[in-house]
Amino acid sequence: MSHAKLNQFETVRFSKIYSLGASRGHLRVTNDEIAGPIDSSDEWIRQRTGIVTRARADKDQSLMDMAVEASKEAIAGAGIQPSDIGAVIFSTISHPYQTPSAATLLAELIGANPAPAFDISAACAGYCYGIAQADALVRSGVAKYVLVVGGEKLSDFIDPTDRSISFLLGDGAGAAIVGPSDEAGISPTVWGSDGSHWSSVSMTGSLLDFRDGEAGWPTIRQDGLTVFKWAVWEMVKVAQQALDVAGIKAEDLSALVTHQANIRIIDELVKQLKLPESVAVARDIVNTGNTSAASVPLAMHQLLKDGAVKPGGLALQIGFGAGLAFAAQVVVLP
Amino acid sequence: MALSHDEVLAGLAEIVNEETGIDTDSVKMEKSFTNDLDIDSISMMTIVVNAEEKFSVKIPDEEVKNLLTVADAVNFITSAQG
Repeated sequence: MSHAKLNQFETVRFSKIYSLGASRGHLRVTNDEIAGPIDSSDEWIRQRTGIVTRARADKDQSLMDMAVEASKEAIAGAGIQPSDIGAVIFSTISHPYQTPSAATLLAELIGANPAPAFDISAACAGYCYGIAQADALVRSGVAKYVLVVGGEKLSDFIDPTDRSISFLLGDGAGAAIVGPSDEAGISPTVWGSDGSHWSSVSMTGSLLDFRDGEAGWPTIRQDGLTVFKWAVWEMVKVAQQALDVAGIKAEDLSALVTHQANIRIIDELVKQLKLPESVAVARDIVNTGNTSAASVPLAMHQLLKDGAVKPGGLALQIGFGAGLAFAAQVVVLP
Repeated sequence: MALSHDEVLAGLAEIVNEETGIDTDSVKMEKSFTNDLDIDSISMMTIVVNAEEKFSVKIPDEEVKNLLTVADAVNFITSAQG
């Protein structure tokens, strides 16, 4: 029996990142301001983490405010209209509603309604997960232009007395427009997860524990040394795989943009990867702190803004964190 | 073949030197990693990973906090070699 022929999406050969946008919390919180409750000092924090200040948002600056600001810059930079956006992907772990998603509201606020919109929960790997999704949507012909945002207001989920991670964390949002390209602009993504370390970066309790009075307001905690070990020695392998599947060598890179977790992790990754000095290494953590899903786009945006790298160069970007989840790809700098 | 205490100590001293710049002669059995050698927890983890590779042993994360002195580390590595 014959049946009517179906249409399917027409595939596109290549995709690329067209542009980036950035927004940081308005406050610059110094180490001295937060050292007291953790019995620490400016010197100790700088030495262990590299952080001099972290960007944080006050009560009047929401996660959505930062996401909108970053998205508008990226849309303008891409030279497209908000109505051209075929999908909105928002990577975040700090949107304070279980539902609806942050992405649907963001789409409405930037004028991309009725684009399909959804959130990704992949913590510090979230932006690179989002780029992987956007690359797939564009090349499969599902969407022409995709807005990817990594945004966090982590200061809503910290405990000033926590010595494991709270003092590292900052607030911000980074955005990218991904669309079709004549040449390869995003390499195959190397990504994955390891749920055997599910509790290595986690919350102090669930919302149910909080409701039932069994835990306070849930805040983020980590087993720093276990995470450090994984973030360096496992991520070196992931980074090398990303270079291999991209078909390039470390010396072909213009930049390394890792998740900005801790400068000691970044420095050790540089050492283990044996990067030549010609490769610019993003160290936005010094001024911005660790902004989880926002850190990779914020750090790349800053390298471009500072003129440390030029559009058209190759950057290895790698996100890793809670889950444990990770993703890496080589991209052509917008 | 399993290495002797002295051989493990010499190898460990090289690792410590590479990570921290501390002179290998200063890495003595009785020294405390934190109090005497001023090695912080992140550097300690780096030393542990390098020691695992160099001596072909596994040092569990939860064991690292028990390695307070150079002797603790040398003894653990020596016995872990079987």
